[in-house]
Amino acid sequence: MSKGETLLEVSGVKVDFNIKPDGAMPWTKPLKLHAVNDVSFDLKRGETLGIVGESGCGKSTLARAIISLVPTSGGSIVWLGDELVGLSKSEMRPHRKEIQMIFQDPLASLDPRMNIGEIIAEPLKTHFPRTPKKEIVERVKEMMSKVGLLPNLVNRYPHEFSGGQCQRIGIARALILNPKLIICDEPVSALDVSIQAQVINLLKELQNELGLSLIFIAHDLSVVKHVSDRIMVLYLGNAMEISSSAELYSHPRHPYTNLLISAVPIPDPEIELNREISLIEGELPSPLSPPSGCVFRTRCPKAQAICAAEKPEMKSETKDHMVACHFPD
Amino acid sequence: MSLLEVRDLDVTFSTNDGTVRAVNKISFDLEAGETLAIVGESGSGKSQAVFAIMGLLADNGSTSGSVLFHGEELTHLNDTQLNKIRANDMAMIFQDPMTSLNPYMRVRDQMSEVLQLHKGMSKSEAYNACVSMLEAVKLPDATSVINRFPHECSGGMRQRIMIAMSLLCQPKLLIADEPTTALDVTVQAQIMALLRRVQDDFGTAIILITHDLGVVAGSCEKTLVMYGGRILEYATTKEIFAAPSHPYTRGLLSAVPRLDTETDELVTIPGNPPNMMELPAGCPFAPRCEFAKDICHAEMPELVAHGDHEGLRACHLSLEELS
Repeated sequence: MSKGETLLEVSGVKVDFNIKPDGAMPWTKPLKLHAVNDVSFDLKRGETLGIVGESGCGKSTLARAIISLVPTSGGSIVWLGDELVGLSKSEMRPHRKEIQMIFQDPLASLDPRMNIGEIIAEPLKTHFPRTPKKEIVERVKEMMSKVGLLPNLVNRYPHEFSGGQCQRIGIARALILNPKLIICDEPVSALDVSIQAQVINLLKELQNELGLSLIFIAHDLSVVKHVSDRIMVLYLGNAMEISSSAELYSHPRHPYTNLLISAVPIPDPEIELNREISLIEGELPSPLSPPSGCVFRTRCPKAQAICAAEKPEMKSETKDHMVACHFPD
Repeated sequence: MSLLEVRDLDVTFSTNDGTVRAVNKISFDLEAGETLAIVGESGSGKSQAVFAIMGLLADNGSTSGSVLFHGEELTHLNDTQLNKIRANDMAMIFQDPMTSLNPYMRVRDQMSEVLQLHKGMSKSEAYNACVSMLEAVKLPDATSVINRFPHECSGGMRQRIMIAMSLLCQPKLLIADEPTTALDVTVQAQIMALLRRVQDDFGTAIILITHDLGVVAGSCEKTLVMYGGRILEYATTKEIFAAPSHPYTRGLLSAVPRLDTETDELVTIPGNPPNMMELPAGCPFAPRCEFAKDICHAEMPELVAHGDHEGLRACHLSLEELS
């Protein structure tokens, strides 16, 4: 496999949830909530794609859909030439070991009744049940030292570790199968600033060493920009803009991206006190009844009649910068 | 006279596993209308320090030292006396706006309760005051929101309701404990803009507790950096960011990725925060400090002025030794 080869191609993926409104009668038909609506992107080997958006924009749901943790209701997900949508559980299994996931809450995602040796070994035992015991122990210790944990802690339990160490255990568990892609769902948002930097550096180091691809989901735009090669901005389940991370920050073309960047405070009083902050007005619309046309039009400073009538296509003028807006900057 | 004078405040908790010294001998002043940021990681004692000031510590907690509010000593007051001050002169907003509102009461009932109890207003007077306060915090459609239950409002709306509620009696001091941590960045920007406006309109002094240095930069005049229950640096926000004088502050500032600059690798602070039950004898940061000398492990440095700077720092090492 060569660098630059496309690993994952996601096109037009939709995820719907059936929701019953509060106080609904048993016979009421459930409403459809479009958590992810027609999202497309591709991911190359060794690349990091950042996904940003506010809570409820569908970023976690999209990640879960990629590894079939939630069913998709449309679109296609192609992994190394194989279609993943519509596979049965057993057909999915060989692909599962190539795509692993790291979760937000480091302590809650570890079984409190297993020691960390068992936790890290579990994926190996599941996917390669015939691995000899000795080899398992060796692999676990190798993974632990790789993520910066002392191998003699192997018999301890998750509650004996701090948040940052738990996240390292989660990373070791994801790495033991030698995956090609790791999906990180808010991996550092529960951590303190000084620990957050340690985990981010670890992920970047491992990526360089092992040639991993990452999908990095977070709500913190500065963290996402720091780790990602490209960034996708989601709003209410729809992709607004995809671009290289430097370009997205220096020339945001979608009004939503612009407002999102403006909302991030810069840790420097000289800059922060003198810059003009443009605030997004109003509240996030209910995902059960999203606005017609462009979903952002109700809060968009540039909205016009066409924005309500027609949903803008995701299109690009330059090769790497796609934007879904009728009036891009 | 300062609005708030805190001197040698200690907070300890007795637990089954031993005594936790959450806050150690902290002192600071707050002038009327000023904004002070308290920055620190989880477990640094920043929340417990203000809980002690407000008299809100858990049952197993105890304080020593002195807290003067308008010249009145707060640490000796009983609950009835404190309650008078708490609603009228000091108010607090919390991190999670869902758990700090009563889920069984409509917004109008929990808001007007304060006014009826403390100001002796009638129900309809209180209702009108609440509506105008909700409008003052720019809550759209205030007359309909006031009749809702908390779960019917979004996170940003709930935080606005909390802020409106805390301002009803026009307090002189507002303590905001991580007010935007649970909110999205766009909502965070709205809430911080609101707090700045509230301060201009009402002249309220604000203590803002946060771990987000970006939030501090935009809205606070002074910053106090806490670690392991102690103050490590206390200076104007401009000085803290332009010329941080403590190794921990420096580490903290370079550990956050910034949106406006490119960095290849983040500087990390090695190790983990200290165990508050077994605090080191010397500087709590010494085990993680790359410059630490023998004296740092043995003795806690005083919080003192250094050179011709206005700010205070607690570090044995001179600025030359740190560079």
